[in-house]
Amino acid sequence: MQSVGQAGNNVDKEISLLVKQAITEGVPLRLRGGDTKAFYGRASEGQPLELRGHNGIVSYEPSELVVTARAGTSLAELESALAEHGQMLGFEPPHFAEGATVGGAIACGLSGPRRPYAGSVRDFVLGTRIINGRGELLRFGGQVMKNVAGYDISRLVVGALGTLGVIVEVSMKVLPIPAREETVRISMLCSQAIEQMNEWAGQPIPISGTCHHDGTLYVRVSGSVKGVEAAIGRLDGELIDEGAAFWHSVKEHRHAFFADDRSQWRISVPQAAPPLPLDGEWLIEWGGGQRWLKSDAQAVVIRKQVEAVGGHATLFRGGDRSDEVFHPLPPGLFNLHRNLKNAFDPQRIFNPGRLYREL
Amino acid sequence: MAQTAERAPAGVDRGTLGRMLRQWLPETAVLDHPEQLRPYECDGLSAYRKLPLVVVLPDTIEQVQTVMRYCASQQIPVVARGAGTGLSGGALPLENGVLLSLTKFNRILDVDLLNRTARVQPGVRNLAISEAVSASGFYYAPDPSSQIACSIGGNVAENAGGLHCLKYGLTVHNILKLQVVTVEGDLVTVGADSLDAAGYDLLALMTGSEGMLGIIVEITVRLLPKPASAKLIMASFDDIEKAGNAVGNIIATGIIPGGLEMMDNLATRATEDFVHAGYDVDAAAILFCELDGTPEEVSDDIEQVQKVLEESGCTDMRIAQDEQQRQLFWSGRKAAFPAAGRLSPDYYCIDGTIPRKKIGYVLTRIAEMGQEYGLRIANVFHAGDGNLHPLILYDGNQPGELERTEELGGKILELSVEVGGTITGEHGVGVEKINQMCVQFDKSELSQFHALKAAFDPNNLLNPGKAVPTLSRCAEFGAMHVHKGELKFPELERF
Ligand SMILES: Cc1cc2nc3c(=O)[nH]c(=O)nc-3n(C[C@H](O)[C@H](O)[C@H](O)COP(=O)(O)OP(=O)(O)OC[C@H]3O[C@@H](n4cnc5c(N)ncnc54)[C@H](O)[C@@H]3O)c2cc1C
Repeated sequence: MQSVGQAGNNVDKEISLLVKQAITEGVPLRLRGGDTKAFYGRASEGQPLELRGHNGIVSYEPSELVVTARAGTSLAELESALAEHGQMLGFEPPHFAEGATVGGAIACGLSGPRRPYAGSVRDFVLGTRIINGRGELLRFGGQVMKNVAGYDISRLVVGALGTLGVIVEVSMKVLPIPAREETVRISMLCSQAIEQMNEWAGQPIPISGTCHHDGTLYVRVSGSVKGVEAAIGRLDGELIDEGAAFWHSVKEHRHAFFADDRSQWRISVPQAAPPLPLDGEWLIEWGGGQRWLKSDAQAVVIRKQVEAVGGHATLFRGGDRSDEVFHPLPPGLFNLHRNLKNAFDPQRIFNPGRLYREL
Repeated sequence: MAQTAERAPAGVDRGTLGRMLRQWLPETAVLDHPEQLRPYECDGLSAYRKLPLVVVLPDTIEQVQTVMRYCASQQIPVVARGAGTGLSGGALPLENGVLLSLTKFNRILDVDLLNRTARVQPGVRNLAISEAVSASGFYYAPDPSSQIACSIGGNVAENAGGLHCLKYGLTVHNILKLQVVTVEGDLVTVGADSLDAAGYDLLALMTGSEGMLGIIVEITVRLLPKPASAKLIMASFDDIEKAGNAVGNIIATGIIPGGLEMMDNLATRATEDFVHAGYDVDAAAILFCELDGTPEEVSDDIEQVQKVLEESGCTDMRIAQDEQQRQLFWSGRKAAFPAAGRLSPDYYCIDGTIPRKKIGYVLTRIAEMGQEYGLRIANVFHAGDGNLHPLILYDGNQPGELERTEELGGKILELSVEVGGTITGEHGVGVEKINQMCVQFDKSELSQFHALKAAFDPNNLLNPGKAVPTLSRCAEFGAMHVHKGELKFPELERF
């Protein structure tokens, strides 16, 4: 195992040297932040490269709405630094366990309940510094809100599971924490809830989270004090006290739904797609756009149903992790993926096979 | 493409190429007379002009595929063109290439109100999308000032922004899916109707790629419900630095305005003459701050913003009294470019983006630089995003004035990079800012861009020569131009 940041010297350079060494020796690397999302993606072999030592907030200016942090920075630490100034990460990244890092959150590209209403991880990324498969330290994007100089590589590495390079630093846009946030609960069937969530999303109501499970729809509204009051009036549900704890449990998969031995699928479909005829138990988020399924059904069966409505299915937890866990891509599109992997990591040093077997 | 088709010889001439392409395209969809080609010789950056070999105007995806297959087989470069409103020469034709115009792809194919999406062809005008869904209470959020003319395909290719992108995002935040024809003529789907897609985020990568990675032939955009209420405050300042600081002060309250724009005195006077909106023509700068949301949110926010503006030292403040006045106040801001056009025979628009806190400093430096060069500069810009648009006023008929203007423009971009910003916020690199790319990126970063381009277009046939400079070009530029005392390409030969 190699880890960086002990000597307190130029860590970027240290990582770059380790990468160059791995290239020379032909040893693949398994990039590791907090190891809280090691279950995600395909099983991948490689010598662990520990990045937690490369940590710290590089710059943060609340009035710029921008924060820059090294990849090994603890997500919890970053979030509390932002909260001190009344700000937050708009995409509400899940931690899944203690020790989650910023780099891991970016590489996995997972967003929380606010995603359909505020944006996804990549929507908030403004710039990155990465080390590519030639061991070169590269900087793309920046710390400003708009930047179209060069290809948008900062956003390309989001969700690439480390297969394009080592993320060493990231700049993100942050958001003010809403003045008020409330959650209401309404009894509703699944099909009705999907329709209702989408109708509301088409109206100017400050919704910031939706979840349907077991006959109950939960809706979170955020905004100014008077704005939230008015919204609660329009939604006409039962106000609950433990709203914050509820959304935390959904985001972190601590909700009772997730305690199960069956395979867990993440189903991403057009938000208003009707309930899918698949056996298993469902928890629906994101106005219908993200659906969790616990099921013993075969992968091909699940994928076929999901594809039919224009979505994709990920074997999120459990099941056979040596097979493809992400939705297989059509040949033309996969070809571009192969070429891109080659353009960034020609020796296949970084997390080989973690995203797709061939990448 | 028919396999038996006649093949054009290498170094093909205009007439032969036109004849070849008419095998697969309707007679009127191929233009090859110099007179017909003239309207396509430049985009919105009219200082650069070139005639393409041939212009094609396909109106089906199959025709685009056929053109691409043929051009790839013959190694003929292809430049895509939307409405030609681009300001960086991205759609400038190549003398040895085909210009592929997408104007005939002008249909809105499908609107799905429950999913809040619209599937449109690339030649559809930006504003036409909002107009089509307006009666249902929806709109397409990114609203570039050119929205009555520019195409949605061009918006995707440039990642266009608008007056409301501080709150509602850029093009990249407001699209879901693309159909793209590759350089070999294959059709691929990028993104999905769901909120994310499997694999690498090629949707983000295609956005802003300036026609270098593929031809966009269909776009699925997201629609938003129109805000229930919108209020516009217009505040005057006697000092541009104070106005710049007010921008940061507003953001610091935790309110994200729907729009936050600024005009300096020269721009204000020019637009006032043009639209008679009743602007304060004595102010050093005016700030437009629009608050939108539910009526309750807006009334909460407006009180707070008024207070901040007062504390920031504004000399006057007006709130648009009704929808008509709100539109009138905005009209001057939206017409700022044509208004500047009346101040001077020519103007040159710069697109540097900087951290908000540097606005005051950079505007002061720009004014000084303008004086050094003896050129007037009007500023009208997206203050909330730190996206500056200095308009350098010049007269192209005066010998040397365009060259001086371009040099000054380059200096302003380098200043933007120096303070931690970028050479382009929304207009793209095109041919215009290609040298400044050498200032913003080093050799290995540019090489990574070239490798990425080759992953899509190994023979460099899509819009070659734009957006990313070759290393030797940077060496040449660097030789004339040493940045912060360090030579960026020390190992490359000097000229
Ligand atoms: C008065 C004025 C105001 C403006 N205001 C703004 C503003 O507020 N915000 C802003 O962002 N921009 C603004 N612009 C710039 C310009 O309007 C935008 O860049 C716009 O997105 C360009 O669209 P277009 O259809 O005219 O594209 P074009 O100029 O035709 O092309 C632009 C680039 O896109 C490529 N391209 C076009 N269509 C396709 C396609 N289908 N597939 C692949 N590549 C394609 C071209 O090759 C070229 O590189 C303004 C321009 C003017 C003249």
